[in-house]
Amino acid sequence: MQEFLQLVVSGLATGGIFASLALALVLIYNAMGLVNFAQGEMAMLATFIAFTLINRGVNYWIALPLTLVIAFGGGIAIQRIVIRPVERAPLLTLVIITLGLATLLNGLAGAIFGYVPRSFPSPFSVQTVDIFGAYASYRDLGVIAVSGVVLLAIYLLLQRTTVGLTMRAAAHHAEASRLLGVRVSWMLALGWGLASAVGAVSGIMVAPIILLEPNMMQTIIIYAFAAAVLGGIESPLGAVIGGFIVGVTVNLAGTYLPFVGGDLQLAVALAIIIGVLILKPNGLLGRPSVRRV
Amino acid sequence: MAHRLRTLPPRYWLVLVVVLFLIGLPTVIDSFQSGEWAQALVLAIAIMGLNILVGYSGQLSLGHGAFMALGAYISAILATRYKMDYLVTVPIAGLLTGLIGFLFGVPALRLSALYLALATFALAVVAPSLIKRPAGLTGGVQGIVLLPPVPPQPLSDAYAFLTGTAMTSDQWTYYVTLAWGLVLFWLAWNLLRHRAGRAMRAIRDGEVAAAASGINLAGYKTLAFGISAFYAGIAGSLFGLAAGFVSPDSFPVALSIQLLVGAVVGGLASIPGPLIGGIFAYFLPIESNQWVPTQTWIPVQIATTIEKAGPAVTYGAVLILIMIFAPNGIVGLVGGAYARLRGRVRGAPDRDTGQMPQDTQTV
Amino acid sequence: MTKIGARIAAVAASLVALAACGGSATPAAQTDVGITSTSISLGNTIAQSGPAAAYGTIANAELAYFTYINNTQGGVNGRKIDFKILDDAYNPAQTVPLTKQLVEQDKVFAMFSGLGTQDQTSVRQYLNAQKVPQLFVATGATTFMLDEPTYPYTIGWQPPYQGEARIYAKDVLANHPSAKIGVLYQNDDYGQDYLKGLKDGLGSNSSMIVDSESYDVTAASVASQLATLKAKGSDTVFLFTTPAFTIMSLVIITALHWEPTIYLNSVSNPEVYMGIAAKAGAALKNVTSVGYIKDPTDPQWASDSGMQLYKTVIANCSTCNVNDGFNIYGVAVAWSMVDVLKQAGSDLTRANVAKIATSELNETNNPFLLPGVVVKTTSTDHFPITQEQVITWNGTGWTQQGSLIDERGTIK
Repeated sequence: MQEFLQLVVSGLATGGIFASLALALVLIYNAMGLVNFAQGEMAMLATFIAFTLINRGVNYWIALPLTLVIAFGGGIAIQRIVIRPVERAPLLTLVIITLGLATLLNGLAGAIFGYVPRSFPSPFSVQTVDIFGAYASYRDLGVIAVSGVVLLAIYLLLQRTTVGLTMRAAAHHAEASRLLGVRVSWMLALGWGLASAVGAVSGIMVAPIILLEPNMMQTIIIYAFAAAVLGGIESPLGAVIGGFIVGVTVNLAGTYLPFVGGDLQLAVALAIIIGVLILKPNGLLGRPSVRRV
Repeated sequence: MAHRLRTLPPRYWLVLVVVLFLIGLPTVIDSFQSGEWAQALVLAIAIMGLNILVGYSGQLSLGHGAFMALGAYISAILATRYKMDYLVTVPIAGLLTGLIGFLFGVPALRLSALYLALATFALAVVAPSLIKRPAGLTGGVQGIVLLPPVPPQPLSDAYAFLTGTAMTSDQWTYYVTLAWGLVLFWLAWNLLRHRAGRAMRAIRDGEVAAAASGINLAGYKTLAFGISAFYAGIAGSLFGLAAGFVSPDSFPVALSIQLLVGAVVGGLASIPGPLIGGIFAYFLPIESNQWVPTQTWIPVQIATTIEKAGPAVTYGAVLILIMIFAPNGIVGLVGGAYARLRGRVRGAPDRDTGQMPQDTQTV
Repeated sequence: MTKIGARIAAVAASLVALAACGGSATPAAQTDVGITSTSISLGNTIAQSGPAAAYGTIANAELAYFTYINNTQGGVNGRKIDFKILDDAYNPAQTVPLTKQLVEQDKVFAMFSGLGTQDQTSVRQYLNAQKVPQLFVATGATTFMLDEPTYPYTIGWQPPYQGEARIYAKDVLANHPSAKIGVLYQNDDYGQDYLKGLKDGLGSNSSMIVDSESYDVTAASVASQLATLKAKGSDTVFLFTTPAFTIMSLVIITALHWEPTIYLNSVSNPEVYMGIAAKAGAALKNVTSVGYIKDPTDPQWASDSGMQLYKTVIANCSTCNVNDGFNIYGVAVAWSMVDVLKQAGSDLTRANVAKIATSELNETNNPFLLPGVVVKTTSTDHFPITQEQVITWNGTGWTQQGSLIDERGTIK
């Protein structure tokens, strides 16, 4: 029982990591109906920027917001430079471009920073609290809390501000918004900027745990895909819930299903993706989508 | 007859020249280079398969490396455990992989292009771990070592008569691959210009309209998946032959990306595209590693970055640039230039040349 | 002419050659391919891009040592070493053509220190068929030493993973005879070899292992495996993991309020990694490992002449981090390579060099290895390094415990 509880607690902690990256995926999906394959690599690069700042002697609490601002700007720049020229191209084109972006950023980070894993500071200590006999470190709780805070911030922004309203309008009713004078393309850029900043948060949270190196997000992004699909790819709340479910499921399956074991945990994520897409394509919280011809 | 030859469209002559060139190639390059070209042709075959799926039926697979792995392992296991002749196992690997691809195509039907891309990408990432699991069958991480293929005596003799040296196993592998490549490209060409090809293109260009005109959507989409996997299976099997070794690390997610790069660079929805794409995708990492550093005109900073970053940066940049500026790939560029040269304006003014054929699944 | 140019020329010549039915004769085989009166050419494939690119620096460090030898001693017996490194991205399918290129086009004398078990397995058969030495491969997989009779041109260098695990087994039996052992291992040849060595080393006591859990390199976390090991009641944990997962595990163990005796493998024990683990919050209590090579960050070697030499050598490599344990590994194995070439003297044939490396090596003075560690092969024993020193972590560095333990002749 205690083992079960421990698995759930540590699963929630890794789930928090998946959740925050999944949130970034959801933001871009909502802005333009696209899954951004480069989200993980963008987060990794942002974390390297934070690392460089901190290494140059910048205080963590200054480096953090600075990195988010840089990531926000970087997201906008990426949208302006590589996405905007093909904004109205078929989805296939966009997917291939984000995949190209992922490959490019990964290679660039490798060339610039090398592949030796580095430690990355965390504001949360590794001291633990006892939850009915299972241990959770403040770092784990911090990851979970941060994903909650980010979710709340996104909710407030999208639902309670004019900018959020405009963004949603631009995404869902592009033509009508354009007629009303909304600069739709810039709203998409804003979406990319926000997603990039949210992704940067996930990178900064995950780096202290799995160490900073160019390939650190390569499998995390698969778990984040699973989380986003499970939650319903349009739903921020769904992404967070999906993240926690994926984290816990992967842990439990690895321990209690002998044919999965420790070494097929990533296959569990694949199974979740395929299972959800076939059985419940809109996920837990997604709305049925209307396919336009 | 002479008249028919004279009036043969120029592209037939081009095909003839290319085929003759490919047949003659091993006689003028080193033996190991034949091995490299064999691997490039293997990629071309797999890319042809991907092209049928992406370019013609509009479904995006990012996991074709996994299908290649399947084909390679089927052949390797049949050849080592059941002592079958490797060449006999090639079509078996293709057919079995095709069958599994067909079955995979059934649930894929329910997925939008985006979700399909996502699921197949996850498949590509997971594939190496999946291969390791049945270690008794696949050799686990040790992989399976294959004996180098021996060219049949009469062929080797004929080759020795023509060139003065006996045929090496690399050269034999090259010719086997080339033979398969010719057959499969010819098959694809036939398939795509006839009924099935028209149906697939109609689906790609508009599912509702296609269905309205009586095309069996589900049938053709799963068929495309099956055929595509068949090509990947053959390619995987030949990949094992060319490398002489299969192991989980031979099929990283980077392989699937390499295939996509090849398909995009060559030109989606074209027949010569995959050949150009295969050669490009295979030789790019090798040359960016070995040729770039020898070039003095490239600034040192850039050259070392390219070298250190490996092919990833170049692949990524190429994918983005081609999709933005030339979505129909090299074939599209050359075709466009040729058309302008002939002073012919084909169809509507192509200001956005490049735009890929419309995909109606864009949400 | 550039290579691209050559290919274009090949394109043009192809048809002509076909039409003319022309034959091109290749030069007769030489017994000493890759050796001239002024040079010895060696080839290498290693991951310098992709997931395993962190290892890529090893080849650069080796090149630094050869450069040092060429510059200070004029090479080996007047022949400068020409070392060509190609990047295979840790993909066996790329190792094959690159190795063939080095052998058939660049005409290297021997392959040296190729990296990766799968990658080097993929070319072992080819290199032995061509009688090209495949020396000192950078992997501890037992097959590269044990199967010398089948592949007489192939030899490893570093202590075999199984041998190292047997040393841990000895230490456990001596110091913790009632231990309940839990093992975390990577599900590849590396982890599996370690696990096998531990079981073999424990012999009749292998029931001391209460549980073993595996993980895949794609894992995002190993928390669940460690929680299971703890729940199964183990009080001694073996980490047969790569550095990143070792650091992660050390932190998780602390976070689980768990204080087992920890054994971690030599790949993960450089002080750099221990420092990262400590910074990330790991308690690092009761940690034991083994070593055979000097750690550049260990202050006890500060004035050691071998370490001084290492620092001089590594200055030849602008991209090498002097504190990276991989680099001193590279320099040490390059030292053995030069030693073999010196021993071959004027009989620089591939067969002779392969024979010396696999069966006649006896190197007692490699300055980069711990004092007393011998690099040795005989006609019946092809495991170059079998001795390791047990070390324990004292909070700031490693303390040596007892004397070297030798596992020579135990792996069969």
